[in-house]
Amino acid sequence: MNQPRLGKQLISLALVAPLLLFLIVFFALPLVTMIKSAVSDPVAARTLPATARSVSSWDRTSPPTVEMQAAFVADLRQISDDQLFGDLVRRLNSAKSGFRTLMPKTRKAALDTAGSIDLVALDKRWGDISYWQAVSVAASSRITDRNLLAAVDLQRDASGAIASLPADASANKAIMLRTFVMALTVTGACILIGFPFAMIAASVDGWKRQLLLGAVLLPLWTSLLVRTAAWFILLQDRGLINSVLMQSGVTSSPIPLIFNRAGVIIAMTHVLLPFMVLPIFSVLIGIPKNLMPAAASLGAHPVRAFLNVLLPLGLRGVVSGSLLVFMSALGYYITPALIGGAKDQMISSVIAYYATGAANWGMAGALGLVLLAATMILYAIYLRLSSERETSP
Amino acid sequence: MSVLRFSKLIFGSATVFFLIAPLIAILPLAFTDSVFLNYPIPGYSTRWFVELFTAGVWQRSIINSLIIGCGTTVLATFLGTVGALGLRDKQLSLVLTTIKTIFLLPMVVPAVVLGVGMQLMFARYALTNTYLGVIIAHTVVAVPFVVVNVLAVLQGIDRRLEQAAASLGAAPVTVLKQVTLPLALPGIVSGAVFAFATSLDEVVLTLFVAGPNQRTLARQMFSTIRENISPAIAAAAFVFIVGTVLIAIVVNFSRGTNRANE
Repeated sequence: MNQPRLGKQLISLALVAPLLLFLIVFFALPLVTMIKSAVSDPVAARTLPATARSVSSWDRTSPPTVEMQAAFVADLRQISDDQLFGDLVRRLNSAKSGFRTLMPKTRKAALDTAGSIDLVALDKRWGDISYWQAVSVAASSRITDRNLLAAVDLQRDASGAIASLPADASANKAIMLRTFVMALTVTGACILIGFPFAMIAASVDGWKRQLLLGAVLLPLWTSLLVRTAAWFILLQDRGLINSVLMQSGVTSSPIPLIFNRAGVIIAMTHVLLPFMVLPIFSVLIGIPKNLMPAAASLGAHPVRAFLNVLLPLGLRGVVSGSLLVFMSALGYYITPALIGGAKDQMISSVIAYYATGAANWGMAGALGLVLLAATMILYAIYLRLSSERETSP
Repeated sequence: MSVLRFSKLIFGSATVFFLIAPLIAILPLAFTDSVFLNYPIPGYSTRWFVELFTAGVWQRSIINSLIIGCGTTVLATFLGTVGALGLRDKQLSLVLTTIKTIFLLPMVVPAVVLGVGMQLMFARYALTNTYLGVIIAHTVVAVPFVVVNVLAVLQGIDRRLEQAAASLGAAPVTVLKQVTLPLALPGIVSGAVFAFATSLDEVVLTLFVAGPNQRTLARQMFSTIRENISPAIAAAAFVFIVGTVLIAIVVNFSRGTNRANE
């Protein structure tokens, strides 16, 4: 009896193997690559091997030793690749500004003379211990928590303790808070519209229900870009909404609706509303139709019957829908990018900026990891809730 | 009670209006003869459709979308259908349940996060700025739709039909070809349609992975809205919306034939 079952299991595994392999290579591996880029920091360790060995015995507080300086100069002479040298300078400069001018000067001196060099005489910054601390930290490790800390506006100070970034240096916490607030606002708006709407759709039948559900499904199937384009056109100062408002005399000058928060919230609510309505609807039609009359026959006022019977049951759908909407809203890129102004950009826009604009893969990876983790946690809760519903009668 | 019914009517109509009106409102703008996207429309013409199908950038992007969309549909439909065949048992082992969850994950991971990772990894294997790279990226996000659609149909198939074929001496491959796949065809078709639609609409991964030569229609629309809005957008949106309605009819039709089979 066990033999055919094992055989069936093997056939199943063989069938899922191609897609599994495809997703491991082209879905999981890119995510791993992104996470690695957030924590990897190999450039200094690779270009300064002798320095790395000699600083291992340094206590990072006493003046730099002669051996360290000699090792550093020797390492600089070994770097023949200008691009690699550029990467090293960028890496060191990100830890302490000043390296951008100091490093080319020092490298030139190292290449021009064959013997030993007095670095402090060459540039008095080499007498400043904090430059050596930066070199030492960068050279002695291939991984870093710098990007992950910077993603939440933290840094390591010269002694290695975790401290806040200066207020003007980073705004990531503010952007995360903004993302959270905007996603929450959209979720709230979707509940306010979606819950009553789903209840109405569940309470009617025939062509009325078809119409209400069709109204939800048509936008869901329409291209996201088309829906965003539609709102872009409608929300403009001379767009349809403002024309109607001005002609009907509600307002004399156009209400700013585009490139601001209100426009993004309206468009995102429109885009995500189906994800709220459908889970609530599917829960509500599962509720036996005679529950409300039963409550009424036992003497409950319709309002009380609603509050005590329908609302608690429908709330499970609201929780599922809210998780879906909130999770999707957190990672939204296209709608805020097109409808929002500079102050309405969410975390995805910042990630895209770091990746394509600034070529700072470390920061893009670190913020990406934060967004990925938040999404996965919400998805796990969602799966847990929906599997509970399947197993409970 | 009549107050309740009245407010239900008002709220329901208002929400239907909110959901549908934006999509309908931009349709007439596709036929404007002005360069502005404003109402009232001064005069009607098809100049923006002519622009859409003849101007170099738009024409190129439509061709790119068709190439990439077809590639994605073939790849995603093949991988998704085979994968769904392995997951069709109603009582899945823990390993297969986990694999099923993994198959659906690309729908959940934020596109920008996946895009950053793909750009980093694809660059190492010279896949960025290639058609193959864009097709692979689109397939990753399209394949869950194929799995879901095919699985839904497979689980409705009466297994006794396949057992009957096998007991009459059909080899497993013959059963698959002659019985299972024809019965699963409606799911495979709607999965393929969803895969094509997903590819057509994909912007974010395309931004990260494609080069200027693989600029798709969606990508072209994105930069047109961002940089230089023109009524060609409304014309493109018109094509998309009409296409969506056609797709909805195809999917409903194939689901309908499936229901008739049961």
